[in-house]
Amino acid sequence: MSNGQSRFHVPAPPFRPGDAPDFSHLDLQKAGEAKRPDPLTAPAKMTDLAFGMIGVLDHNHQAVGEWDPRLSPEVLREGLSHMVLTRIYDARMLKLQRQGKMSFYMKSLGEEAVAVAGAMALEQSDMVFPSYRQQGILFARGRNIVDMMCHCISNSRDNLKGRQLPVHYTWAEGNFFSISGNLGTQFPQAVGYAMGCAYKGEDTIAASWIGDGTTAAPDFHAAMTLASTYRAPVILNVVNNQWAISTYEGIAKGDAATFASKGLGYGLASLRVDGNDFLAIYAATKWAADRARKGCGATFIELFTYRADAHSTSDDPARYRPKNEFEVWPLGDPIERLKNHLIGLGEWDEDRHAKLEEQMTALVVKSYKEAESHGTLHDGPLSPTHTIFEDVYATEDWRLRRQRQDLGV
Amino acid sequence: MPAMNMLQALNSAMDVLLDKHPETVIFGEDSGYFGGVFGATQGLQKKYGLDRVFDAPINEAAIAAMAIGMAAKGLKPIAEIQFADYIFPAFDQIVSEMSRLRYRSAGEFVSPVVVRAPWGGGIRGGQTHSMSPEAFFTHVPGVKVVVPSNPYDAKGMLIAASEGDDPVIFFEPKRIYNGPFDGVPDAPLSSWAKHPKGEVPEGHYRVELGKAEIVREGEACTVITYGTLVHVAVNAAAKAGIDAEIIDLKTLAPYDIETITASVNKTGRVVVAHEAPRTSGFGAELAAQIQEECFYALEAPIFRLTGWDTPYPHAHEWAYFPGQARFIRALQTVTEAR
Repeated sequence: MSNGQSRFHVPAPPFRPGDAPDFSHLDLQKAGEAKRPDPLTAPAKMTDLAFGMIGVLDHNHQAVGEWDPRLSPEVLREGLSHMVLTRIYDARMLKLQRQGKMSFYMKSLGEEAVAVAGAMALEQSDMVFPSYRQQGILFARGRNIVDMMCHCISNSRDNLKGRQLPVHYTWAEGNFFSISGNLGTQFPQAVGYAMGCAYKGEDTIAASWIGDGTTAAPDFHAAMTLASTYRAPVILNVVNNQWAISTYEGIAKGDAATFASKGLGYGLASLRVDGNDFLAIYAATKWAADRARKGCGATFIELFTYRADAHSTSDDPARYRPKNEFEVWPLGDPIERLKNHLIGLGEWDEDRHAKLEEQMTALVVKSYKEAESHGTLHDGPLSPTHTIFEDVYATEDWRLRRQRQDLGV
Repeated sequence: MPAMNMLQALNSAMDVLLDKHPETVIFGEDSGYFGGVFGATQGLQKKYGLDRVFDAPINEAAIAAMAIGMAAKGLKPIAEIQFADYIFPAFDQIVSEMSRLRYRSAGEFVSPVVVRAPWGGGIRGGQTHSMSPEAFFTHVPGVKVVVPSNPYDAKGMLIAASEGDDPVIFFEPKRIYNGPFDGVPDAPLSSWAKHPKGEVPEGHYRVELGKAEIVREGEACTVITYGTLVHVAVNAAAKAGIDAEIIDLKTLAPYDIETITASVNKTGRVVVAHEAPRTSGFGAELAAQIQEECFYALEAPIFRLTGWDTPYPHAHEWAYFPGQARFIRALQTVTEAR
C-alpha cells in the first residue's frame, strides 16, 4: 500500500509567456568578489568558485577584483570589434534567411562574449571543439567572412561542399573542429584531442563548448570522466544560456546547485563565470589554459549567460518564455558592458562606436555580395554533384563508383 | 614460421604496430595492465609503457570519442570494446561522428580509428556476450567492417586497418580465438597449430581489406560467409559430400563483389550464412545484390542460413547457432532444388 508521500516531480521555469519576469531570486556573486587562486591550486581547495560567480565588470563598468586580466585598450577594442561584427553578421544572416537565401540560421545574440573572449584568451594553435552559436570564435581567429557566408549559403565555394547545415562550420586551418549536429559529441572528442597533445608533448590544448541542456547527455559525463581520469589539457565549457530550445536550464540541472558544481565530483577545477562579461571570460579562460599547459589538467567552466533570441530560425521563443525576459536579465548586454568599460577608460566613445558599427555593416554587406557571386543554395551554382560521393572513404570503392555512375555524374 | 592462435596473432599485430608507429595507442576496458579479458593485449603495456597501452573507463562512448579526438590530432588509436554486444553505447560516436568526420568536414578532418571487438557466439556467453552486430555498421557510410576467420588474416588485416586512412570496425570471432570450429559443439576444440592459416609471420605484413578469398573451390553451389561459419561451412561441405565453393568474405564493407559474382555465375546456387538474426541481416544485402547481378545465372532461390530473429539464448545456444547439421541441410536444399 502506498504511504502517499512519494511525489512525481517535474521542474518548471519561474515564468511563462504573459508573466512578468523577475530575476531577483538569482543569487549572483558581485563582480570582483571571487578570489583568484594560483592556477596550479588543487581543485579541492577552490570549490567555492563553482558556486559563486567570477565577474570583473561591475555596475559602473569598471574592472574590479583579482580576476581583472588587465588587458590593454587595444585588446579590449579588438574584442569589442569582434563582438560587434558577430552581432551585425548574425542580424544580416537572419534577414537573408527570412528572404529565403539560406535554409537555416542560428544567432548568438546576447552571448557574443562567450565565443569571442574565449577564443582571444586561447592561442591560435589550440584546437577548439565548438557547438553552434560560437561563430564569434571564427571572427576572433580571423576567418574570411566571405568563406563563412559561402558555407552558410552552401554555394560552389562552400568549403564543406554543401554537406552541412548553415553555421555548422569547419575550419582546420584555424584549428576549428568540424561542428556536428548531434549535441555534445564534441565534448569527449576534445578530451581525446587534448590527450593527443599531451601524448605528443606539445603545449597546445583543446577547448570545447556545449549548452546547458547537453549536460544531461551521456557524452557530457564521458568527457568529464576522461578529462578527470587522464588529466587532459582541455577546457570544458558549458554555456548556460538558460534555454535548450524551449526547455529551461532546470530540466538538465536537476537539483544541482550550479552547473559548475557538477565538475567538483569529477575532481575538476570548476568555475562559474559571468558569461556576459568579456573580461571575466577572458580571465577565466586564460587561467584554465595556464593550468592545462602546466600539466594540472582540465578545467570545467560554466558561462552564465542568456540566449536573447530564438534557438534558431525554426524556433519562436515567445511561445515558451516572456518576451521581455532579456531586457530584465541581470547580467546585461555583453557588448554594451564592454563598450561602456572602454568609454569609462577614455579609450572609446559613442561616435567611434557608431563608426565601428557602420564599418562592420559595410563589411558584411560587401562580403555577402561577393559570397552570393559564388552562388546560393536557392539559385546555384553549388559544388559539383559528383562531390556527394567524395570523402566518404579515403578512396572511392565499387559501391560508390557504381552509384555515382547511376546518378550519371 | 610460428604457429599462432588468433589471439596471439592479434597481439603480434599490435606489437608490430606499436613498434613501427609511435603514434599507435591502444586502450579499452581491461586492455592495459591485465591485457584484455581474452588476453589480446597481454604484455603490451609492459613492453611499451602506460602511455601506449592503457585501461579506459567503462564508457564505450568515451572510448570511441577519445579515439576520434586522438585521430584528429594525428594519433593512430586502436580502441577495444570488450564485447561487440557493448558497442551500442558507442554507436552514436561511431555512426554519427567517426564514420562521417571526413565527409562532413570535406576532408579537413579525418578519423582513422580501429575499433576492435570480440564478436559472435559459441562460448556460452548468453545474450549479452554473443552478438554479431555487423549489419548495424555495414549500413553506415564511411566505416569499413572486417571479420577475419583465421590468425593469418587477423594479423594482416589488423595491421592494414590501422595503417589505413579510414575508420575500421574490426570484429573478432571469439569462438575461433584458439582454434577453428567445425560447428559440432561436442567436438573437441582443435588448435590453429594444425591449420595452414595458423602459420603467422612474426613481423609486418598486410592483408588487403575489401578482398574475399575462396577457401574451397567447387561447382555445386556458392557459400558466402565470414568468421566462425567459414570453418563450419568447410566441414559441412566435406561431410555432406557436396562440391561447394566457399567464399570467406573477410571484409563486409566494402565486400568483394567481383569474387562473389564470378563464383555465383559459375555455380548458379547460393547459400549466404551468418550467425546474426536473419531479418535485415548482412545476408539480406548479399542476397539482394546477387539477384541484381546474377539473376539469370541462378538455378535455385538464394538460401539464407542465419541465427534466428531472437536474442542469443544462453541455454539453447546450439539451437540458435547455424551448426553443421543446419549447414548440411542448407547445402542439400540449394543443390537439390530443380
